[in-house]
Amino acid sequence: MVFENLKHRPVRTLLSVVAIGVEVTLILTLVGLSRGVLDDLASRSRGTGADILIRPPDSSGFTFSLTMPEKIVNVVRAQPHVTLATGTFVKYIDSFNSITGIHLDEFNAMSGGLKVQKGRVFENPDDLVIDEIFARQKHLAPGSSFEFGHTWHVAGIVEQGKLSRTFADIAALQKLFSARDLVSTIYVKLDDPGNTAAVKEALQKELPTYKIDSIEDFVSLFSTNSVPYIEAFTKVVIGVAVLIGFLVVCLSMYTAVLERTREIGILKALGASPGYIVGILMRETVVLAVSGTVLGILMTYGTRSLMRIFNPSMPQEIVPDWYLLVTGIALAGSIVGALYPGLRAARQDAIEALAYD
Amino acid sequence: MTEIEVQDLTKTYRVGDVEVNALRGVNLKIERGEFVAIVGPSGSGKSTLFHILGGLTPPTSGTVLIDGRDLVKMSEADRTLLRKTTVGFVFQKYNLLPTLTGAGNIEIARHIAGKNGRTRDPQFEETLKLLGIASRLHHKPRALSGGEQQRIAIARALVNHPALLLADEPTGNLDTENSTAVLSILQGLNKSLGQTILMITHDPEAAAYADRTVTMRDGRIV
Repeated sequence: MVFENLKHRPVRTLLSVVAIGVEVTLILTLVGLSRGVLDDLASRSRGTGADILIRPPDSSGFTFSLTMPEKIVNVVRAQPHVTLATGTFVKYIDSFNSITGIHLDEFNAMSGGLKVQKGRVFENPDDLVIDEIFARQKHLAPGSSFEFGHTWHVAGIVEQGKLSRTFADIAALQKLFSARDLVSTIYVKLDDPGNTAAVKEALQKELPTYKIDSIEDFVSLFSTNSVPYIEAFTKVVIGVAVLIGFLVVCLSMYTAVLERTREIGILKALGASPGYIVGILMRETVVLAVSGTVLGILMTYGTRSLMRIFNPSMPQEIVPDWYLLVTGIALAGSIVGALYPGLRAARQDAIEALAYD
Repeated sequence: MTEIEVQDLTKTYRVGDVEVNALRGVNLKIERGEFVAIVGPSGSGKSTLFHILGGLTPPTSGTVLIDGRDLVKMSEADRTLLRKTTVGFVFQKYNLLPTLTGAGNIEIARHIAGKNGRTRDPQFEETLKLLGIASRLHHKPRALSGGEQQRIAIARALVNHPALLLADEPTGNLDTENSTAVLSILQGLNKSLGQTILMITHDPEAAAYADRTVTMRDGRIV
């Protein structure tokens, strides 16, 4: 009966399933994006090849907006087991985009080298090197001019995965943005990663107020739990999504109950208890919620494809570990939405219902 | 043996501030296996009596014994149980569930009664033969004629072997040929299976199929 009822009104059923699907996709896309972006940041941090990184005092989270004197790099280089230390200068253009100034030779030595796919590395002060993702997103090619806090000349496109999506010569960037002899981060490579703890401790004694982390400790910050606004935002989106599911199912079931007034009267005449009638509506709701969840999961693959096309710098992950939770969320919102219509149906007077046309 | 015993039955409705006395002291006895027709003009209280005997609405006062149980003392849950186990309904408008096939309509009545909808029941299969609807069971109501729908409604009403079959104007929406067929079926069920039937009708020709006719007027049996 449950499937027959749902088949009887295919458009309403489809709309309900799609609405629940949107609810599920909304949650899974947000979680997938949060995780994808953070994992991408972590992966690019590992791509530097560094074992330790040093940030200015009062740095928090994983932002690089503060600066420190570049001469500290020499203090770091003097430490035992340090084979390489290089400073980078990060200039934020807006909330999400920045340019990283690097000493190209030092950075190449530490990271294994930027792999140029097209064009060349920077030679002039206005040269910008971008990674393949940034190039695709902004439709840039070597030779293009690009306004990004300054009019840059795209010198080349490199393989993604190493620290940043946009690179400039550090001296040019410092000069351009009045930050001579200042760096945002110092990346440190050791002779043996096993010495990380000892070197970190020694550096911390030398630079007590500075933020010194092993690269693994640093990338562990790239989780949704470590970023308060992401967690709060996710909760808000889940709340909105549940509200959508609740309202859609409530409206759908409410109209179903109104439309089926006579049928409810028939069931009552046959001896159906209020629980039996509520049970039918609840089973229909569960079918809608589960179908909507499956559709929502499938739609998540669609949103990932769309993100790849329109915003490749924000990678979206598929998050199967959320499937169970999101099913529970969709079920809970839908069942609560079906409660009022269900109770209304259960309380329907059989004689009035049978007389309903 | 008495199937239904009604004594001093009253039913008062409140419509706004006005009290409507739909039944004003009805007394009625129906023996087991009897086929009784209730006739009377509109507003005479036939439908109210039908609803009370079917457990669809509680009486105001009096005694109503069906199969030995007093409806006056029944709770809503008890009346639900009565509809499930003791009474079967046939309505003028057939009242089949439109989303289910004929077989589905019959199965759901069994399911509500807590029985497996598809279990074989030799006695009920006999009833189905009598109704002559075996070939139409897998069609939905919209694909069935009025006569076929009403025969499926009768099958649904009988699938749980109720002590009492209540029929409210069962031929009211049918042409003469189908009316005759349905009334003959009801008569046949009464004669061959001993099914107790109480039928409400306006039609004296339909009432003639019953063993006995009871006339109602102004909330009383006259």
